[in-house]
Amino acid sequence: MSTRSFGARIRRNIDPKLLRGEGSFVDDIPLPSPLHAAFVRSPFARARIRSVDAAAARAHPGVAAVYTCDEIGALDIELPQLIPHPSMTDPRTQRPLARGDVFHVGQPVAMVVAVDRYTAEDAAALVDVDYDPLPVEVDLERAVMDGAPLVHATHPNNVAAHFRQVSGDPARAMAQAEHVTRIRVQVDRSTAAPMECRAVAAMFDAVTGELTVWDGTQAPISVRGALASILGLDEDKVRVVAPDVGGGFGQKVYQFYPDELLVPMAARALGRPVKYIEDRRENFIGSSQERTQIHEIELHARRTGEVIALRDLFLHDTGAFIPYGIAIPQVASTSIAGAYRIPNIEVEFRCVYTPTVPVTPYRGCGRPQATFAIERALDQLAEELGLDRFEVRRRNLVADHEFPLLRSGLLFADGLPVSLDSGQYHRALALLAERLGAAGFAEEQELARGQGRYLGLGLAFYVEGTGLGPYEGGHVRVHPITGKVYVNTGLTSQGQGHDTVFAQIVADQLGVAVEDVIVVEGDTKAFDWGVATFASRAAVVSGNAIHQSAALVRAKAIAAAANMLEVDAEAIDLREGAAWVRGTNRHVSLAAVATATNPLRYAFNEAAKAATQFAPASRHDGPALRPGEHPGLEATDYYSPPCATWAYGVHGGLFEVDPVTCAVKVLRYVCVHDCGTMINPTIVEGQVLGGIAQGFGGALYERIEFDEDGNPINANFVDFLIPYATEVPPVEILHLETPSPLNPLGVKGVGEAGCIPVGAVVASGIEDALRPLGGAPFRHVPITPSMIHAAVAGT
Amino acid sequence: MKPSLFEYAAPRKLDEAVALLAGDPSAMVLAGGQSLVPALNLRLAAPGRLVDIQHVEGLHALSVANGWISVGAMVRHRTLELSPEVQRANPLIRAAMAHVAHIPIRTRGTVVGSLCHADAAAEMPMLLVLMDGSVVAQGPQGRREIAADAFFQFHLTTARAPDEIVVEARFPVLPPGTGWAFEEFARRRGDYALAAVGALIRRRRGGPHAVALAACGIASRPVRLRLAEKILAENDFSEAALHAAAEAARDSVTAPDDAHATTAYRRHLLAGLLRRAVAAALSRAQ
Repeated sequence: MSTRSFGARIRRNIDPKLLRGEGSFVDDIPLPSPLHAAFVRSPFARARIRSVDAAAARAHPGVAAVYTCDEIGALDIELPQLIPHPSMTDPRTQRPLARGDVFHVGQPVAMVVAVDRYTAEDAAALVDVDYDPLPVEVDLERAVMDGAPLVHATHPNNVAAHFRQVSGDPARAMAQAEHVTRIRVQVDRSTAAPMECRAVAAMFDAVTGELTVWDGTQAPISVRGALASILGLDEDKVRVVAPDVGGGFGQKVYQFYPDELLVPMAARALGRPVKYIEDRRENFIGSSQERTQIHEIELHARRTGEVIALRDLFLHDTGAFIPYGIAIPQVASTSIAGAYRIPNIEVEFRCVYTPTVPVTPYRGCGRPQATFAIERALDQLAEELGLDRFEVRRRNLVADHEFPLLRSGLLFADGLPVSLDSGQYHRALALLAERLGAAGFAEEQELARGQGRYLGLGLAFYVEGTGLGPYEGGHVRVHPITGKVYVNTGLTSQGQGHDTVFAQIVADQLGVAVEDVIVVEGDTKAFDWGVATFASRAAVVSGNAIHQSAALVRAKAIAAAANMLEVDAEAIDLREGAAWVRGTNRHVSLAAVATATNPLRYAFNEAAKAATQFAPASRHDGPALRPGEHPGLEATDYYSPPCATWAYGVHGGLFEVDPVTCAVKVLRYVCVHDCGTMINPTIVEGQVLGGIAQGFGGALYERIEFDEDGNPINANFVDFLIPYATEVPPVEILHLETPSPLNPLGVKGVGEAGCIPVGAVVASGIEDALRPLGGAPFRHVPITPSMIHAAVAGT
Repeated sequence: MKPSLFEYAAPRKLDEAVALLAGDPSAMVLAGGQSLVPALNLRLAAPGRLVDIQHVEGLHALSVANGWISVGAMVRHRTLELSPEVQRANPLIRAAMAHVAHIPIRTRGTVVGSLCHADAAAEMPMLLVLMDGSVVAQGPQGRREIAADAFFQFHLTTARAPDEIVVEARFPVLPPGTGWAFEEFARRRGDYALAAVGALIRRRRGGPHAVALAACGIASRPVRLRLAEKILAENDFSEAALHAAAEAARDSVTAPDDAHATTAYRRHLLAGLLRRAVAAALSRAQ
């Protein structure tokens, strides 16, 4: 390899197309005279449906069909519980259209299909649903009390799941503790708010019997499986395509939203393409959300600040249903000890049904909550013991020689014990302290206080188990005509830049330009083995699979080229799209090698002549392909990680709080992170920055507000505050690269990293700034101006 | 998120527009569309007819004459904000308008549209109240001028009759030597204010000084802070007077706790913004 693109700051292949507006999202797919769907949604958080009268809607001009639960045949079921786990009892999932009861505002009750979306909405307003509203409780702590109104009559105290895990011997360690710090922390509900809301379009071809579905999903292969299974079609007759998708952040890995099944069903039944383009309000009331957890965490420590045991009890809000199982609280509970040695851990959680939009993973998936709990508790421990906040962390961080650090007894979301595989935690903390000027900050703070300014420093460490299995695959093929390399994998992109980083991996192996590697994802017709995009796993799992496939193709190319050039394989160098005899000008293009390895009867171009039967280079005295040989330069391989690989980092910031406006100004924000070997630092920084922006959303702005009847009252972008570019501060990013020992590329995931510690950093910084005013601590995010005022005013 | 069916009319003459508006009790006036179009899409508004006034002759003028800045109904925010003539006549306007939403919205939205929308937290209605400006409305019965204080009745409610079109807003030219200031806090740049205070101060030898203070975001409409004005006008801006004025202003907050702010915080914020606004206005007063 004479050039190396792996590790280089290569521009994203996809950007020119997206920036020119040439992206092709579901709503851009041209369909022949499509019908449009709109939903009748519950206006009540919990109610019994007395009756549904759709007669007027059906009679409305332009309406093709109105579906209620009585008209959807095989789809009138509770949707699959996707991730079974024994901690759940009789898990409840949603029906595509409500039957008998509704469980949250926004739950679909009927679907109208009409000539356009305007007409569909007009007709939806004509569907007369008679509801009998039932009492609700949306407060998580009150929902588990005796006598609270139940979301599901089957589940006393609204408890959907109960799970306890233990590592080490916490009881014994707690008995030896010299100091106990105990705090309660809360993280509120947010939503992913992707720029493109969800969208589904479907077309059924009666001639071929094929159903094609364009779905803005993170998991097309799984969606295809469900469609085939529930609609009773052969898998091969169902094609699911995730075209360009405008952000997912986990909201689009959940399947199956009612529309994902109902739209294809309607397309098949009506014999016309049908599309459903979710609007922003529907995204707020119909697509999953995350974050609400309340933790009561205890740190049992020695007087030195060394934490010898941790106990955490928490409540997790799962919304009206639990289709995604306990993934989020399981990730939270197994990440709770963070980057710290803490050998004895007891963690227990209850998942609680609330009459709200169902909860499934959103970027971070329980880690922001766990990080908020442990990091706020460590700050409190430092305060109680009179230790510096950096020092208390130094005394507990896992040291370099202690990896891998196994937390036996804590099973992570992949069902395997937590094992922190590698890192330089102490170095990361030292880098942060240095870059932030932590040593001189106290003086700066003192000086500012003299001028009536309140400055604070905040910091928080995080770890992130990334790259979960079960597996992904990669298919790599050199095209014989152009010499371009086509790559397929089963997971999908929502803007991350997979097409660039996967191309970099392949380009190095085959000695071709990154632009000549074309990555196709998200089409079950192109590649249909694999899982989905989630858990910061694409680079780790698909990346390594593609790497292995590319290595196989490389070996084939070298062997074939050596044969063509009549030299030993060791003499072959792949570069500039050709195979060269090292140290000479003799070479043959990769396209020609690809052609020559494909025994031909017909010569369609000059290169092909060499591959035909009577060509001198085509030397064989048996079959053109020997047993076990395959034509062309092509390979498929799979990678299944042994377990999650743990990325980590530490963020710190300098903040100023204005006691008059209660505004929080971020003076500086520094991120030190380590995602193992980086394939493309520019893309890594994009991921980190995007995550930090969402982290600031969760720290200071974003909260889904419900009134006491369970109505979401800020389900729009005026009242649900996503930080604008003007609210996201400049961020200084420092990279550490400790290769993962667990996979050939040495990579760890980075997709979610940025968002994880921001809430803890901001709370730590605000608390530090306002300490002289004697205010209450900050243990609840997002932190609003009203909360700062209340803390300072003591109300 | 698609509007229900409506008829669309784009008249060229004002009397035509008034007749179209009067002809359908559910008709609404469309100018820049920055509030109305989202409301239509959310089906919060469902007019039978939209009377688009952007092609109506005579509504695009912006002029400064005889002590008044006259803003035609189709003058976009951005035009008023960037006018050098307006900046000379009343620099408070540009300072306040930096807080009105974002540049793309200011480029399309109109000043009069914002006044007629009458959001209780919006900046432009508060400016009109602060400056004792007025609007001119044209209806089937003719033309009338409505003083700012009478125009804003409640959140999203004005004294405009359903068959009237506000054709013009009038902001005064500031007298020479007037100190001015605008202080606002919103959670994000460009959002509606959690609270904002506008101040105009003209010192008079021997007092009482001319003091105007107004706030938005704190009640069901923009309000003048009369008691605070009086305290400051009569007490020569002493520290005690500033304190008393800020304390007095707290009581003007009648907005209940909502998703964005508690009443207690809004009171605290208003008092603080008032002190900052007065200090800034004093520094500019001659």
